[in-house]
Amino acid sequence: MTEQASTAAAAGRPGLRAGRDGGVGWGLRSVVALTGLVLIAPTAVVIPMSFSAGDTFQFPPEDWSLRWYQAFFSSEKWMRSLLTSVQIGLLVAVTATVLGVAAAFGLNRAGFRGRGAIRSLMMAPLIVPGIVVAVAIYGVFLRWQLNGTAIGFVTAHTVMALPFVVTVMTTSLAGYDRTLDTAAASLGATQVTTFFRITVPLIAPGVLSGFVFAFVMSLDEVVVALFLQTPDIQTLPVQMYNSITLEIDPTIAAASSLMVTATTLVLLVPQFVRRKRSTP
Amino acid sequence: MSAPTASAPPVAATGGAGPAPARPRRRMAGWFILPATALLLVFFCYPLAFVIWRSFTDPSAGLGNYTALLHDGVSTTVLVRTLVTGLIVSACTLVIAYPYAYTMTRVGPRGRNLMTVVVLLPFWTSMMARNFAWYMLEQRGGLIDDAFSAVGIHGVVLLGSVPGVAVAMVQVMLPFMVLPLYSGMEGIDKRLLDAATSLGAPRWRAFARVYLPLSLPGVLSGFTLVFILTLGFYVTPALLGSPQESLVAQLIATQVSKLLDFGGAGALGTVLLAVTLLALFVVSRFANLSSTTEKAVTND
Amino acid sequence: MSHSDTSTSTGPGIRIAGVSKVYHGTSRPAVDDVSLDIADGEFITFLGPSGSGKTTMLSMLAGFVSVSGGTIEIDGRDVSRQKPHRRNLGVVFQQYALFPHMSVAKNVAFPLQQRRMPKAQIAAKVAETLKLVHLEDYADRLPSMLSGGQQQRVALARAVVYQPRALLMDEPLGALDRRLRDQLQREIARMHRELGMTFIFVTHDQHEALTLSDRIAVFNDGKVEQVGTPSELYERPGTLFVAQFLGESTCFRGTVDATAGLLRCEGFAARAPRLDAGLDGTGGVAIVRPERLELHPGAGDVPSGHNQASATVTEIVYVGNHHQVGLRFGDGTTGSAMRVAGRSLPAVPGEEVTVSWDPEHQSIVPAPGGASASPSVLEAAGA
Repeated sequence: MTEQASTAAAAGRPGLRAGRDGGVGWGLRSVVALTGLVLIAPTAVVIPMSFSAGDTFQFPPEDWSLRWYQAFFSSEKWMRSLLTSVQIGLLVAVTATVLGVAAAFGLNRAGFRGRGAIRSLMMAPLIVPGIVVAVAIYGVFLRWQLNGTAIGFVTAHTVMALPFVVTVMTTSLAGYDRTLDTAAASLGATQVTTFFRITVPLIAPGVLSGFVFAFVMSLDEVVVALFLQTPDIQTLPVQMYNSITLEIDPTIAAASSLMVTATTLVLLVPQFVRRKRSTP
Repeated sequence: MSAPTASAPPVAATGGAGPAPARPRRRMAGWFILPATALLLVFFCYPLAFVIWRSFTDPSAGLGNYTALLHDGVSTTVLVRTLVTGLIVSACTLVIAYPYAYTMTRVGPRGRNLMTVVVLLPFWTSMMARNFAWYMLEQRGGLIDDAFSAVGIHGVVLLGSVPGVAVAMVQVMLPFMVLPLYSGMEGIDKRLLDAATSLGAPRWRAFARVYLPLSLPGVLSGFTLVFILTLGFYVTPALLGSPQESLVAQLIATQVSKLLDFGGAGALGTVLLAVTLLALFVVSRFANLSSTTEKAVTND
Repeated sequence: MSHSDTSTSTGPGIRIAGVSKVYHGTSRPAVDDVSLDIADGEFITFLGPSGSGKTTMLSMLAGFVSVSGGTIEIDGRDVSRQKPHRRNLGVVFQQYALFPHMSVAKNVAFPLQQRRMPKAQIAAKVAETLKLVHLEDYADRLPSMLSGGQQQRVALARAVVYQPRALLMDEPLGALDRRLRDQLQREIARMHRELGMTFIFVTHDQHEALTLSDRIAVFNDGKVEQVGTPSELYERPGTLFVAQFLGESTCFRGTVDATAGLLRCEGFAARAPRLDAGLDGTGGVAIVRPERLELHPGAGDVPSGHNQASATVTEIVYVGNHHQVGLRFGDGTTGSAMRVAGRSLPAVPGEEVTVSWDPEHQSIVPAPGGASASPSVLEAAGA
C-alpha cells in the first residue's frame, strides 16, 4: 500500500538531528562503563560468596560448596523469616494496591480543592527520614500493642508502599486517553461497559507494576521491621541484619544471592511482558 | 522516589484539566482517596505528630530535650557529622551520575534501555544484600584492602569508619541521582548544543554555557533527594559505621531501642525533619522536584 | 448570521435550534445561538478557525457536551438531554481514539457488540465494513501496528459499521500529512456517496471544506457567519470574515452610495448592482477574487461596464500553473491577481497597471463594525 510507504518517508525526515555519533566519545564511554560497573558489581560479590565453603565472611572464598544454601533451606529460623516476609509482602501488596489505585483514581478524576495537599500526603512517607518514620511508628505501636504482630507489619509497610503505587498509577492514568471513554460512549457503550472493557485492560499494567513495587518494597524493608520485630516474628531482611551484626552467619550470603536473583526476576518480568506486548 | 514540594507546583495543579472540554467533575471519585488518606492519617501523620509532641513533653514539658541536645556534647557533633557526610555523599554521587545521565540522553534507544536497567537493578535489589556486599568489600582482608595492599598501601579498612559508610552510600544513592538527572536532561533539546557550536562556541563552552544551566533543575532535584535520603539512612551506618563515629540515625535508634528515651530521640528526629523540610522548601523554589522524580520512579 | 432556509419541516434530518454553550467558569459563550437544519444524507462542514465553536457544536451534537440553551432534534425528536451512547451517531476523532488493546476487527466489532448483534452477523458486518475502507487484510493487527492513515480508516469503519443516524468527524485528517490527507479526502467522499449517510465534518482547512461538502457553515466567534454551498460561499461571501477565511481576495474599503449604485473608494468608485438600500452611507467592502481581476498595461482598454482602478505591481510569483501578481492600489489596499501560465505578463514589478473586473463578480459586504473606511472617503461620499 502506497500509504505505508509515504508514512515511512515521513518518518524518515524529522529535520536536523543532533549528531549522535559525535556525542559519545571514548572518554565518556569509559566513564559510563565504570559507573555501570560501580552500580552493578558490588552487589554481584554476594553470589560467589554464597558458594563459599568457609565459616567466615572471607572474600574471595578459598573453597566452594553449596553448604550455605543447604543451611538456608534447612534452617527453621531462615525459612520462617522468609515465609513471614512473603506473607507480609503479599498482604501489603494487596492492601497498598487497592488503596493506592483508588486514591490515584480519585486524584485523577475528581476535581476538588486540596488535591495538591492530598498528593503531597501520599508522597510524604518517602520523604520523611526513614529513621524518623520507624521511631514514630514504633512509639505508637508500642502503645497500641501492634509490635510483633502481622497487622503492625502490614499497616506500617502499606503506609510506606502507598507512594509507589500512587505514583505508578498516577502516571498510568495520566497516560490514559480520556477520548477513548468518549469514543466508547459514541459507539453505544454505557459507562460500566466502558470501564470494564476499555479502562480496566488499559490500566492493568500500571496496577500490576504497583503491586510488584509494593511487594518488593515490603520484602526489602529493614528499618521499621527492625523496630517492630520480636523473637516470634522476624522478616527476612531483619534475620539478615541480625546474621551480620549478631551471628556472623554466612548463610546471609545464600539469602542475599536468592534475594538479588528473585528481585531481579520479579522486576524484569513485567518489563519483558510489556516489551512483548508492544512489539509484534 | 518522589517528593512533595512545599508549595504545589503549578504544573501539577493544572495537570488534571486536560484539553477535553467535556469532563464532568465526578464527585464520587473524590471518595476514592478516603481509605488511603485515613490510613496515612492514623498510621503516619499521627505517629509523627506524637513523636514531635513527645519531644516537648517527655519526660517533662518544655524545651528540655532540645537544650540537652545542644549541651550533651554528642548530639551536635553527630548532627554536624551527618550533615557534612550527607553533603559529601550527594556531591560525589552527582559527579559520578552526571556523565552517566548525560550519556543516557545521547545514546540510541537500545543503549538507553540497557543503561536504565543497570540503574534500576540496584535501585530495587535488596538493601540488605547490598549492604552485606559492602561489608565484605570493606572488611579487613576484603577486596578493597587487598587492592590497596597490592599497590603497597596497607591497612585500608573502610569498615567501621565514616568514609566506609560514605562510599557505600554513594553506590546505594546513585540511582536516586541518575534518574532525576536523566529526566531533567531528557527535556533539553539536544540541537541547542549544535546551535551553540554553530554560533562559534567551542564544544566545552557550549556545554558550560548552554547545557549545564539547563540541566540545573535536575541537578538540584537529584542533589536534594540524595541529601534528604542520607539524613534518615539507618542500615548502612549501623552495619558499616561505628558507634564511636555514629550518624544521627544510629543515635536516634540507640536512644529509642536501648534507652527508651522517646523525648530525646523525638527532639533529634524533629531536627532532622526540620532540615528535610527546609531543604525541600529551598529546592521547591527552583525546581519541580515531584515531577522529575515521579518520572524517574516510573521510568518513563 | 443567516438562516439559509427558513422552512419548518420536522421531517427527517438534524435540526439545531438556537443552541448555545457557555462553559463553566467562562462568561463568553463558546457557541452562541446557532440554528441550522441539516438535511438527510447531506455532507455539511463546520468550517472555522480554532476557538470558533465548531468543535463544541459537534460535541453537543454527539452529546459529549451539554447544551446551555436551545435544542437539538434528530428526526423531529429532541435529543438535547440524551446520553451520547443512546444517540446512535458515529464519531471520528482527530487522534483516531482506537482502543489500543483491541485488534482492528475487535475495534470495529465493539459498537455491534454494544447493540447485542449475534456473533455471526457481527463477523460478517465487520468484514464487509473493513472491505469498504480497504483494510480487510489488517483485521487482526493492533492499531499501533498501522500507519496514521490506516488508523483513521479503522476509525471510520468503526463509526459507520452500525449504520448510525449520522457520522460526525472532528478534524479527522488533521494529524495526517498532505498526501494522505488528499487520499483520505477522496475516500471519505466515496464513502458518503456509497453509504448515503449524513456526514457532519469539522475542519479549519478551507480546501477540505470546499472539495468535500454539499454545504458549509462558517463559524466565527461562536456564531455561524454564513451557510451555503461551496460556490455560494466562494462567489458570494456574505461577510468580510467569510471572504478572507475562504480563499484569497482583494478587499476595497469604501462607503456605500445606494442611490448611485456605487461603492465610493479612495481614488475610484466601484459600480455595484443590487445594493441593499439599508446600507446607504455605511462602510462597505468590495470583494473580488484573484481570478476575476484583469490586468492591463498602462491605461489599457478596459471592457465597458467593468470597474477599474490603477495599481502598482509589487511582485510576481510563479506557482506552476499560474502567476500570482501582487498589487498595491492607490489607497494602500493590497491584493493579488492570477494570471494563467503561458499568457504574457502585462508588467514587471514596480510598473503601473490598470486593474479591471466585472461588477457581477464582486461582492459588497458591510465593513466590520459598520463604520466607514476613513474620514476622507466620507467627505468624498458626502460631497
